[in-house]
Amino acid sequence: MKENKPRRIKNEFLYFALRNRKLRLGVSIVLVFVFLAIVGPYFTPYDPWAYVGPPARPPSRTFWLGTTMFGQDVFTQFVYGLRPVFLVGILGGGLATFIGTMIGFLAGYRGGWVDEVLNTFTNVVLVIPTLALLLIIAAYLGVRSFFMQALFIGCTAWPWTARAVRAQTLSLKAREFVDLARISGMSPWRIILTEIAPNMLSYLVMVFILQFGGAILNAATLDFIGLGPTRGISLGLMIQIALLWGALPLGMWWWFIPPGLTIALLVGALYVTNVGLDEVFNPKLRET
Amino acid sequence: MLELENVRKVYRLGALGRRSLCAVDGVSFAVGQGQIMSLIGESGSGKTTLGKLILRLIPPTSGRILFEGQDIATLRGPALKDYYRKVQGVFQDPFSSYNPIFKADRIFRIVKAEFFPRVGEREWRERVQRALTSVGLVPEEVLGKYPHQLSGGQLQRFLIARALLLDIRFLVADEIISMLDASTRVDVLNLLADLRSQRGLSILFITHDLSLAHYISDGAVILYRGRVMECGRIDKVFGSPSHPYTRMLLASIPRLDQKWEEVEVRLKSQGTPQGEGCVYLERCPMEKTEACRRVRPGLKQVDDDHFVACHCGKEEGVSCASAEARGSSPS
Repeated sequence: MKENKPRRIKNEFLYFALRNRKLRLGVSIVLVFVFLAIVGPYFTPYDPWAYVGPPARPPSRTFWLGTTMFGQDVFTQFVYGLRPVFLVGILGGGLATFIGTMIGFLAGYRGGWVDEVLNTFTNVVLVIPTLALLLIIAAYLGVRSFFMQALFIGCTAWPWTARAVRAQTLSLKAREFVDLARISGMSPWRIILTEIAPNMLSYLVMVFILQFGGAILNAATLDFIGLGPTRGISLGLMIQIALLWGALPLGMWWWFIPPGLTIALLVGALYVTNVGLDEVFNPKLRET
Repeated sequence: MLELENVRKVYRLGALGRRSLCAVDGVSFAVGQGQIMSLIGESGSGKTTLGKLILRLIPPTSGRILFEGQDIATLRGPALKDYYRKVQGVFQDPFSSYNPIFKADRIFRIVKAEFFPRVGEREWRERVQRALTSVGLVPEEVLGKYPHQLSGGQLQRFLIARALLLDIRFLVADEIISMLDASTRVDVLNLLADLRSQRGLSILFITHDLSLAHYISDGAVILYRGRVMECGRIDKVFGSPSHPYTRMLLASIPRLDQKWEEVEVRLKSQGTPQGEGCVYLERCPMEKTEACRRVRPGLKQVDDDHFVACHCGKEEGVSCASAEARGSSPS
């Protein structure tokens, strides 16, 4: 009985993960869109920018989500536009999580002047209005790619992660197993990565999910105000073009509702996933 | 072997570090090879801080700690690793000494990875088993388990076994007995005594239990509020205690033939000591002189290898460390 305990803990995690309604709902929604982004483009014969039909038509059998002002297929643009959303989310969110955790680990573990410097730096970046900074950077760059966008978002979204990870590192550092690792001659980074980080793995997963959603939202905002990538298509760019050509006053709902709703759904689903995961990781929050 | 010279540790507290707490204040003593030195004091007296200072887990605010004549604050990289090869510690709380998400025997694998990367897998397993057996554990029963599946005593002995895997010369044993039950307690104490006689191991035995200290050690340092009250050979400190605090501690050991009411003990302190006077002033039952209020007493020699920090004594101006260094023989 006793020997089985570690296995039972893993199963326990799965048990609660599979039974958590929020987690199931959130993950399902995200997976549906991931699936669409992967296989969607194979279901459409068109190019996202090609003029393939009569302009400004509502959804029909040939054009599932209607056509734009210029006769481009909205469904084609939609499925192609989903891909960069995930790209920016994973790259930007991943980068923000990485920078945030590394700075948080270092500041929390080293303490002293390292902590002072990193903490001041974090606070400075934290109070800079991120969007304003992104606007300025985006406006200065002539040619912008999705990759660049992810990079900028990742480099500005990390501060709150750094602060949270620093606080957790501080509390874990005071535990005696860290002292034991130190008198075992382990190097600081090994202690951080093999002793401290595994203890906050669940937290780091949740941080990544939140950063993922935040990056999608940030990217969509930039796209929407016309500072998105100069080439390619994304959901944010679709909304921007739609509004630019008067889709709203003309009542062309099929042009801007699908991308807008998708962004809202996707980000919402990520937050719901996060709450669900929190409940799974933290027994006190579990649904009965 | 290990010498502390006027070690101080001040913690900054509060916003901007305006308040300060002196955890260890001007402590000097020395532990010779093969000596077991007891560090005795109530909670908050700075015992654990001293242990951590010696293990170089925290840096002293001032003063020096010398190991084999070298200041440990200067050790870096390979030299520091070499220091940990010789100087090890066992901590107070065995439950928090283990990373809860890994198996308990991971601490042995860390020692192997860090200090003995070239030792073969099979030979290492034998060494671990030998170390476990010597602390009275049955290897098959305790290996491959998670910390929460083992008892406090087993975890504590794991930690001692871990220290034995290294070629240790000095062990900081911070309250290692308090988690053990009475029967294993004696076993572990005897194990420590054996290690001392076989390997010439020196031990700093941090404890609040006077009878244990008396049972095992050669010397004692009585600590109060980070300052040494009395130190010297164990039979002298315990046989003819010269500081009122030591006398109070000895009087407060529960005895089978005495009821608690008969023992008069003043345990509560009334606030923090202010200014320059003796730190023990407010609890001291003796007649207080002007000197007690004005001057913080230094250590004075009352006998060979016996020092006390009280104004009531006679001779002035010798430190415990210098006397120890002059020639105290083990046992």
